[in-house]
Order: sequence, then C-alpha cells, then structure tokens
Amino acid sequence: MLGAGLIMAIPSERASQIRWVATAFGLVVMLLTFYVFIAYYLDPGGYQFERTWHWLALPGPWTMGDLGISLTLGVDGIAAPMVLLTGVVMFTGVLVSWNIKSWNKDFFILYFLLLGGVFGVFASMDLFFFFFFYELSVLPMYLLIGVWGSSSDFGKFKRPKEYGAMKLMLFLVAGSVLIWVGMMAIFVEAGLGTFDIRALAAVDYSRNFQIIFFPFLALGFGILAGLWPFHTWSPDGHVAAPTAVSMVHAGVLMKLGAFGIIRIAIFILPEGAQFWMPVLIGLGAVNVIYGAISAMGQTDLKYVIGYSSVSHMGYVIMGIATLHPLGLSGGVLQMFSHGIMTALFFTVVGVVYQRTHTRDIMVLDGLAKRMGVTAVLFAFAGLTSLGLPGLSGFVAELLIFMGLFQTYPLLGVLAVIGAAITAVYILRLLAKVFFGPITEQWDDQTDLGKLEGAGAVVLAGFVLLVGLFPFPFLKVINTGVFELMAVLT
Amino acid sequence: MPEFLVTGLAFLVLTLDLFTGRERKSLLPAVSVVGLVAILAFSLIYLWDTDEVLYGGLLRIDGYALFFKAFFLVLGGFIVLISHDYVKRNLEYPGEFYGILLLTVAAMMLMAASGELLTAYISLELLSFGLYVLVAYDRYNAKSNEGGAKYILLGAFSSALLLYGISQIYGLLGTTRFDEIGAALASAGDLSPGLMLGVVLIIAGLGFKIAAVPFHMWAPDAYEGAPIPITAYLAVGSKAAAIALILRLFTEAFLPVAGDWQLLLVIMAVATMFVGNLVALVQTNMKRLLAYSSVGQVGYLVMGIAAIVVVKDGGVISIELSHLVTNGIMLHLVAYAITNLAAFLCLAAIYNATGREDMAGMAGIARRAPLVGLVMAVSMFSLAGLPIFAGFASKFYLFNAVAASGMLWLAGLAAVASLISLYYYLMIVRQMYIETPEDPTPIFVPKMTTIVLAVLLVSIVLVGVYPAPLMEAIQHASDVLLRSNSLAQNAAAVLP
Repeated sequence: MLGAGLIMAIPSERASQIRWVATAFGLVVMLLTFYVFIAYYLDPGGYQFERTWHWLALPGPWTMGDLGISLTLGVDGIAAPMVLLTGVVMFTGVLVSWNIKSWNKDFFILYFLLLGGVFGVFASMDLFFFFFFYELSVLPMYLLIGVWGSSSDFGKFKRPKEYGAMKLMLFLVAGSVLIWVGMMAIFVEAGLGTFDIRALAAVDYSRNFQIIFFPFLALGFGILAGLWPFHTWSPDGHVAAPTAVSMVHAGVLMKLGAFGIIRIAIFILPEGAQFWMPVLIGLGAVNVIYGAISAMGQTDLKYVIGYSSVSHMGYVIMGIATLHPLGLSGGVLQMFSHGIMTALFFTVVGVVYQRTHTRDIMVLDGLAKRMGVTAVLFAFAGLTSLGLPGLSGFVAELLIFMGLFQTYPLLGVLAVIGAAITAVYILRLLAKVFFGPITEQWDDQTDLGKLEGAGAVVLAGFVLLVGLFPFPFLKVINTGVFELMAVLT
Repeated sequence: MPEFLVTGLAFLVLTLDLFTGRERKSLLPAVSVVGLVAILAFSLIYLWDTDEVLYGGLLRIDGYALFFKAFFLVLGGFIVLISHDYVKRNLEYPGEFYGILLLTVAAMMLMAASGELLTAYISLELLSFGLYVLVAYDRYNAKSNEGGAKYILLGAFSSALLLYGISQIYGLLGTTRFDEIGAALASAGDLSPGLMLGVVLIIAGLGFKIAAVPFHMWAPDAYEGAPIPITAYLAVGSKAAAIALILRLFTEAFLPVAGDWQLLLVIMAVATMFVGNLVALVQTNMKRLLAYSSVGQVGYLVMGIAAIVVVKDGGVISIELSHLVTNGIMLHLVAYAITNLAAFLCLAAIYNATGREDMAGMAGIARRAPLVGLVMAVSMFSLAGLPIFAGFASKFYLFNAVAASGMLWLAGLAAVASLISLYYYLMIVRQMYIETPEDPTPIFVPKMTTIVLAVLLVSIVLVGVYPAPLMEAIQHASDVLLRSNSLAQNAAAVLP
C-alpha cells in the first residue's frame, strides 16, 4: 500500500503541470499515510505493509548471494508516525506553494522527488535502498533552494541563497560519505551478501567493530539531524529555502537523520550505541543550549526558527541517546511534534515575509492588529515549542526529561534550562513582532489567505491532537521502541 | 571478425567521399552509423557464445571481447551522431574525419580482443595514430594544433615505454602471450628485477593512455584543443579501450604476481582521484574541467584494478570477489561512458549555437534550451554519483566491491574524492539553472541532437534504477575473463 503511495508520487512528477494536480496528489498521499498509520494503530507490532521487489543479485562467495539487493518496503512502529508526518507536511507544503510563479512545474517535480526520497527512507527495509532514497532526498535540495530560495541581506550580513544551498549539499553529502563507510563496513563484516537490514541486524558483531564503526553512522546521520558542531548548514539552508522546502526540510528531512540513528546505527550496532551514548547525549545537550542561545541572538525570523530547530533536534538526540524506553518514545514523539510545529512556524513566517517582504525582527512590529489569525497561529507554534501543557511539545519533552532523569540527571537539568531559554526567545519574538504597538508602515497588511490558512489549521490541529490525546501515538511508537529495546538488552 | 567489417566500412566511407559532392557530405555519417549498427547486429548474432583463439593466440573471440566490441560499436555510432552537426559547421574534409574515426573503432575492438602483448601494442598504436590526427583536425585553430602536438609527443613517449616494457618481458620469459606469461610468472613465483622493470614500464605506458596521475599532463591540453566530439571520444573511447586491455592483461598475465604491483596501483589510484578532482575545482573552461573530472573518474577505475586480486587468509585467491570488482569496473565504465557522452553532447550543442565553452557561457542554459540544461544537469549529478542516475549505481557497486575486497579505507578515500567533485559539478548546475544569461534568446537545438540526448537521458536513468539486465551482460563477459584464467589455482600456491 505504501509502495503504491510512493509510486504515485513518482509519475506525478511528470503530470503535475497544474497546481491542482499537485494538490490532489498531496491530498491522496496524505490520506494514504493516514490509512497506513491508522491501520498500524489498529493492529500494532512488527513490520507491516511489506513489499519486496528483487533488484540486483551480487555474485560472490556468500550463501545468501541471491538476495543481494532488493527493494523491500515496510513500516514499523517508529516509521509509521514518521510517514504520517511526511504526508501531512507534504500536503500543507503544496498548499503554501500555490503562489510560486516561476517554473512551478519544475518546482513540484523536484518537491515530489524530494518527498519520494523521504518516504523511501522511512519505509526501506534494505540498507542499499535506504541509502539510495537518503541520497535522493538530498539531491533536489540544491535546485529547490538555489532557484526558488531567497537570499538574506541585512546590510553587513549578506548570505546569498547559493551559499546556503551549496553548504547544505556539501554537509549532507559529507554525512553520506561517513554513512556509506559505516554501511560498507557492516556489509563486509557480516559477509552475508545481502543488504537486508533485519538480516544484518541479526548478526553478532564484535564489540571492537561496533565501537569503531558506530561513530561513522551516528555522525553521518547526526549531520542531517543537525548535531552540534555540524549543524551550521541547517539555519543557513532553512533561511535560504522557499517556505514549502523549509517546512519539509526542518519538519521532515532533519528527522531522517534521527531516524537513521535509530534504524541503522542503534538497531544494527547496539553495543556500539551503548558505548557512545554518553557522548551523543552530551552533544545533544550542547545542541539544546547552543541552539537556544543562538536563536536569542538572531534578528531574522527564519534564523530564529532555524536555530530553534537545532535546539529541538537536540532534545530528539538526547531522548534517543538515553536508550531508555521513556526517552526513546519521547524522542520519536518529539520528532513528530517538532516536525508539525516547525512546518507551522515556517508557514507563518512565509506568510509574513510574503506580505511584508522582510523578516527583520527589528523592523516588524504589532502585526497582530492586521494579521490576527497569523499571529494566533504563530503563538500556537511558539507555545508548543516552549512546551505548554496540552500541546504536543509538552508530552514529548516530558517523556524525554523523564528518560533523562533516570539515566543522566545532570544533563536533564541542562535540558530543562534549554526549555526555559526557548521560552525567553519565543515570547520576546511574539511580543515584538506580533503584539505591541504597530507602526504605520504595516497598516495595509492583509491576513493569511485561505489556502495557507487551511494548511496551517491542519498542522495546528495535529499539534493539539497529539497534545491532548498522545496515547494512540505512543501506543504505535511503543511497539517500535520495544522491538529496539529487545535488541539492546 | 567484425573488425574487418569496420575497416571495410572505413574504406567505403573514404571512397564514397571521393564521389560525393560538397553538399551531399551528410551521406557519410549516415553510412557510417548504418554500417556500425549492421556490424553490431552481425557480431551479436554470430559471435554470441563463441570462445575461440585465432592465429595461435594473437586474438581471442570470447564473451569479454564481444562485450567490449558491442560497447565500442555503440560508442562509435554515438560519436558519429554527435559529430555530425559539429563537423558540418566547424571542420573541413568530413570524409577523412569519419574514415579515421571508424578505423580507430576497429583498433579499439582489436585491443579488447588481443590475447598477446604485441597485438595489443599494434592496435593501441593504430588507435593512437587515429586520435593524433583527429585531435589536431581543426587545423586553423592554434589550440587544436597545440593539443595535437602535445598528445603526439607524450603519446609517442608512452608508446616507447610500453614497448620497452614488452621487450623486457619477452626477453626474460620468451613469450608475449598473456596466458603463457601468467603460467611462467606463476611457476617463477616472484618477480626478478628485470621483470619488475617490465611490469612497471607497461603500467606507466598504459597509465599514459588512461591519463592516470602522474601521466595525465597531456589530457587537459589535448581535451581542450580537440573538436568537442573528439574530446568525448578521447575521454570515453580511448580510456575504455585501454581499461579493456588492462583488465585482460592483469587478470590473465600479471595476476600471479599481484603482490608486486598492487601497492603501485593503489598509490596511483589515490593520486589520480585526488589530483583530478582537486584541480578540476579551479577550472573555468568546460572542456578542461571535464578533462580533470575524467581523470578523477579514472582514479576510481584504477582503484578497482588495484583491488582485483583478493587474497584471503591462507593465501587463497577469491575468484568470486575478483568477479565483483571486475563487474564493478565494467559497470562504472559503461555508466561513465554514457554520462560523459551526454555531457559532451550538451557542450557541443551549446558550442554550436553560442560559440562558448567556458563556465560563464553555461549561464541560464536551462532557460535557453531546457532539454540541454536538463541532460547536462542529470549527467553532472550522475558523475557526482547521486541517485537515480547511472553514476550512483555504478559507483556504489564499484566502491562496494573494493570495500568487500578488504580495502575499505581505499573506498572511503574514493568516497571523499567524489564528495570534492560534487562541488564543481554543482557549480555547473548553478550556472545553468540559477544564473541569468547575458543573452536570453532560446538556443536552436537540431532534431538529431534532441533525439540522441533523449536516448542518453533515458539510458542514464535506466542504468541508475535498474542495472540488472546490463549487469547480466557484464557478468557474462567477466565470466569468460576469470574462467579462462586457469592461473588462479596456480597462483593460490604461490602467494604468500
């Protein structure tokens, strides 16, 4: 079923001459992902929706040589919410991209290619195709940012969009190189002649091997997850990208990195994970604090959101790195919650930028008087971000904190401090940009349009849904987490 | 023997040239292409599954040779198609151009089929002489002449090295046949200094032909000076032919003494991929840039050759892993060939319309000629090794094979080198898609070019997403190579 969703995304690349087609595809794919998620919820456990296509056999001395590489798709408890997230962000991203004027056909082709890659990563059960889709989701970014992006120009501070695009590509592909080396090492060490993830995970690797090669995978995926100190591509990339791409990028793409750490690094090399986790938690903590402090210092709305993404991905990494069921579930839920929240943030910022043609916090003020709904939505995302109870961020962060206090209480304190700093910059932003006195130059602004509104409301709905009823989500996530825990112990 | 047919075709074209008027010269490429296709069909039908040795071991007719023959015939056809428009606009004497081109195709086919050092040498010289003329074909262009002169001087020098190496081996072993050399080396077990000299000289001589560092100096100048279709031909054809020869030579003859040359090739491979890709970063002329990029690509192939012999614990050579590496090399060669052909054809189309071949001349091509821009971008991504294109599948396979042979670190270095190359490939994409052109008028692209571009585009994607059928053909070819090699067993006893 999921395969069908994916294949539908690919022919649509040619057909999507008109926005309607793209929207329709977005909607269909989103509904499909709903179906996948709900079906998984009703009958949780193990891998579902499996499909296998034989691709290429590798000649060799391996007994399982015939298996070689085959396209096997399927979702487990961790992938299911991610697929849902991708579907939602994809649809809303299409909605906010209606106003793209130049080359909109090419834009949607690349956009769907990007998302095809993302779906592929979440659903791949084969290491080769995992990597294939992973690279595929990096490929269109350069053009998406380079052609449709926007440059930053604040007098002294100039960052052309090409800079952001190139930096992003080189960082991500450098990450891929590390991942690739780790993958090859596993493939050779296992000596099975297959890239099937479950077959590879079943092999017992020596402790030394795991300790040597875990960092390759963790750092490689960590770059995409925005791990400090390799996060610098991420704010630059987010800022330069057009709205829909920022949404996908911060909302979904960065999750690929965290997902990779779970699915490949921890799942295949559990002992290495146990050895390196303290380091990873430490880096995650730096992420949280450093991202939050950097966000405080920015004057560009998008840079604030970009650095807040870095900070929030820090929670995800910390949660995962606890290797504790609570922390892991929290980390995965945070991935979902942050994905939705960031998409909402970027939608709103995109609307503001499109109307006012600036993202400079120093210039913008009192927008709530003219753009009421926009302001409310921004406040909504902001409150989720600082972890207000009743919204999705609260549940996820609470679980992560609980996991942390049971494993590394000291770092847990740091994480809580990070949440406090988040509150400072978000509330300051709200006060300055949306509330407070308005200057005359913004008097003629209009509120957000129907389409953008629809997209934003869908996203806000999810934030509320997860915040108020987290248990369906946790139930699904837990099935995945328990499988992982079984490997770890 | 399809080689005879190709030679015959070459003379037919040369003769026809005498009888056709100036305005009917486009008959010549048509005849050439039709002839090549007919010969391809003939060879596939009659030579499938034959395994013969002709003239006392001078020539082999087997699956491996057939694979490369088909490869070169298709390549020759594409080059003729690419040349058609360029030659009509920029060059005189089309008859001789196509005639010589066809002769070099025959030479390349002979190289893949030769089972003996002197035959290999003679066919290599036939190829080189054809190419010397073709590089300098634009005779009123100073650069073309300069490139041609450099190519001849360095080419002659490398031929001398190669010949000296051959004579050294013949002098000490008394044979030039690959299989006999292999047997002799296996029983000797170790290289005497004289033989070592011979092997090193042969590596150096062939290193010139594939433009591996440190023997790459001629490549950028020759590439820049040559007419664009010939640049493509140099980049793809002469390299593929040399690699075809090297693969057979190293598996059949030099395998037993792998320990002695493996390190040399490893060093060469690392130097080649890093020098090629790093120097390419600062190039502004597209032909020079692609020249250095192809030097980098050759580095990956040399890496494959260095990893071709896998010695397991206990001194047993693993033929299966050699298979994996050989397949990787051949797959990468095919992917590299179609991708580079596509890139050069785009370049030729742009040059024909605008006369520009520098980086800035690429600005806004995506707006001016969408298909050309698309194919160029796709080939850049493919060369950089990103999915869903041919370069991804082939690089993955080759690097994987090298890693499986126990050289994970080497494959890791190659991956780093290909990360470096991504930067300049992206710069080209940036020029085409992001920069605004000085002159935004659409570019006229001839219908023929459009068709060939589309064919190449489809094959790049096809090899990228579903290489299995191609892989089967390659497997068929490399089976012959490694099966005919009865030495593996001998070698097992010899290696430390």
